[in-house]
Amino acid sequence: MKNNVTVTTLKNGLKVLLKEIHTAPLISTWTWYRVGSRDEPTGKTGISHWAEHMQFKGTRKFPGTVLDKAISREGGTWNAFTYLDWTTYFETMPADKIDLALRLESDRMVNSTFDKKEVASERTVIISEREGSENEAMFRLSEAMQQTCFRVHPYHHEVIGDMADLHTITRDDLYNHYKTYYAPNNAVLAIAGAFDTKTMLARIKELFGKIPARPTPPRLARPEPPQRGEVRLTVEGPGETTYVQTAYRFPNAVHKDFFALSVLDSLLAGPSNLNMFGGGISNKTSRLYRALVDKEFAVGVSGGSSATIDPYLYTFSITLHPKRNAEEALAALDAEIKLVQDELVTVDEIKRAIKQARAIFAYGSENITNQGFWLGYSEMFATYDWFTSYLNKLSKITPEDVQRVAREYFQPQSRVIGTYIPKGAEA
Amino acid sequence: MATKTKKAPAMKALPGPDDIHREVLDNGIIVLTRSNFNSPSISISGLVRVSALSESDDKLGLADFVTSSLMRGTQKRSFDQIFNELESVGASMGFDSGIHNSGFGGRSLAEDLPHLLTLISESMREPTFPEVEVEKLRTQLLTSLSIRAQDTSDMANMLFDEILYADHPYSKPGDGTPETIKAITREDLIEFHRDHFGPRGMVISIVGAIEAKKAVSEVERVFGGWQVEAQKETPVLPPYQPMKKTVKRHHSIAGKAQADLIIGTTGPKRKDADYFAATLGNAVLGQFGMMGRIGASVREKAGLAYYAYSGMSAGSVGPGSWDVSAGVNPKNLQKATDLILKELARFTKSGVTKDELADCKANFVGRLPLSLESNGGVAGALLNIERHQLGMDYLLKYPEMVNAVTRDDVLAVARKYIDVNKLAIATAGP
Repeated sequence: MKNNVTVTTLKNGLKVLLKEIHTAPLISTWTWYRVGSRDEPTGKTGISHWAEHMQFKGTRKFPGTVLDKAISREGGTWNAFTYLDWTTYFETMPADKIDLALRLESDRMVNSTFDKKEVASERTVIISEREGSENEAMFRLSEAMQQTCFRVHPYHHEVIGDMADLHTITRDDLYNHYKTYYAPNNAVLAIAGAFDTKTMLARIKELFGKIPARPTPPRLARPEPPQRGEVRLTVEGPGETTYVQTAYRFPNAVHKDFFALSVLDSLLAGPSNLNMFGGGISNKTSRLYRALVDKEFAVGVSGGSSATIDPYLYTFSITLHPKRNAEEALAALDAEIKLVQDELVTVDEIKRAIKQARAIFAYGSENITNQGFWLGYSEMFATYDWFTSYLNKLSKITPEDVQRVAREYFQPQSRVIGTYIPKGAEA
Repeated sequence: MATKTKKAPAMKALPGPDDIHREVLDNGIIVLTRSNFNSPSISISGLVRVSALSESDDKLGLADFVTSSLMRGTQKRSFDQIFNELESVGASMGFDSGIHNSGFGGRSLAEDLPHLLTLISESMREPTFPEVEVEKLRTQLLTSLSIRAQDTSDMANMLFDEILYADHPYSKPGDGTPETIKAITREDLIEFHRDHFGPRGMVISIVGAIEAKKAVSEVERVFGGWQVEAQKETPVLPPYQPMKKTVKRHHSIAGKAQADLIIGTTGPKRKDADYFAATLGNAVLGQFGMMGRIGASVREKAGLAYYAYSGMSAGSVGPGSWDVSAGVNPKNLQKATDLILKELARFTKSGVTKDELADCKANFVGRLPLSLESNGGVAGALLNIERHQLGMDYLLKYPEMVNAVTRDDVLAVARKYIDVNKLAIATAGP
């Protein structure tokens, strides 16, 4: 046991992480699968997310209509998320009701039916979900940015998938996807809350231990070749507001530079909120807010990256001031980037970034669901140590580290700049 | 089966008279606190008697503009200094306006609570509305209004309020319109702040890693000396005229892939005797499981929408709304409307089944500890208890009150509020 966490792997390959927390009579269980939108070939984009939806349609033991009500009836909350590298399902329940969640998750790891009629009605639900996103200017711009940043690597499409594929993916495609990736040896079960570890582990073995392992599924990973020069794009659409995004290549979560870049992110754009549940803090004294919003080039600015398995992106997003043009805002952004490349940041600024991260972690720890989330999430791209050593790693970063990564990663020839051009209210 | 004398283990975690501390300062400010040392953080939630009802029609959004300006500069600190002090310690705070009250809140590590309270007090008591900052903020507000104009859900909601609350203050948008935001002057902000902000009616709730006494003395330190003799009373809310027939209107926004639809009417007030019956009925209608009956019909069976649910916002003074929302492809608007109307008709004709009601009761009681696990959740609950005078034992009595509701109660409340021939139907999209 390390950091109060018990880590074990069942014979069938299911990795289990258990963390007892006795502050509230609640337990949160998270079932993670190593499959996400990056595992989808052309023609099948959006299939991981759609399969996630189908996991709510039931098994023989827990038909959809029963499943739907069972968790709610016991006062629990549940949901699922699909991202680039992973798909996850959680239930947070009163501690004495958690067995239901365990029975449900072990059952739907293998026994979901993917009924043909349900697939048909879910197709239009997902198309509707995508249409809702398409209403947003920022979605339209981000989608264009992502496909431009990744020509080769399968990080190139949105998790929701392309409309063409949402119309053509079949029930069998979905079921094959499920049967390929939903296996104990491709999953992590993470549970936090008010339980006794020994009893919990015995119950997990009973419910999940019998599920047979399957061939380890391959992961799609065609490395993105280096970008040889700045790329610019525009997206046009309705509205009166211009948005600008700038994306730079970012290392994966276990890369040695990830933590220096996290400090830099905090200084430039304000600390990214690392919690799934638990909120972050404002960024009104970040360097970019002062340089862009205070100086009225923009009315809002943010920046952030993701902890991913393969190198992804760091993206700045700017909501333009109505009296400015995109070039003026970009020049102000570039001047700030140049400043961190040319001049060492202070030790106090780094200390400040660490205190911010400490506070954000404290807010996240108020909440059992968020603690369960971290247990498994960190396993998707690293191990739980990644999370527990986070503050310690930040504390070792020096001004020289920050300058070095600013110079190395924020280079104009490896960036993509996108502008959403509003065509007015009548577009 | 548990005996009467034995409390279920889950209930021990609920705040009650034993561990909620309530104190009234000499100037009338009510302080509520509850200690929680499980995490090193604290959360603040509060309200002041500052009402959007005090705005004139040509200055709609004034209360919102004022509350958004409070942190833009005080007699002691600039905008940048305020946020620098907050962000340097990972703290946050904010203000917002409402139709009857305005709210404030914040959170920090426990060690930074005194400073957080100092900043809240200064922002509320001594804002200076610096001209440069007011103009920056005005541009930001105008930009959010032009983003709002492109949001099908926001615009459908605004239109819904216009229909449902025609000629009533509840029909007016709290964040104003581009015209009114442009018309508001710095003098308007100063005057509104001077006339309406004060300790009378103020409530502050603090939850987290701090002893109750210490929390109260910190509030006393920053707010104890606050006196505003001229603090104006909140205007009286005019009576609401119920709808006489169904009114349907569409707001057109070009270039959108999806339309938003809202169908509904008014519901009970929070203190009404039939509140619990209504909120349980609403859960059956469009919340429980995957969004109740509405979700089952519009999403699961027909596959028309990613979201389709009902909501009830119980009013504090006037009637809140009780409505169904869905986001659908524009060509499916009529189909979705028909399905929703069918469910509303069924709801008012035969109410809910025994099983449905039992499910929702179990859900309401069972989810209580979950809604109260974070400091923010508890701070909000304490504020609610004080605001609606629900009693310090409210959370302990909650299961009893939920379980007392019968099927007949739900049917009666459904029929009392929902008349399928007198609905507001608002849509926004291409």
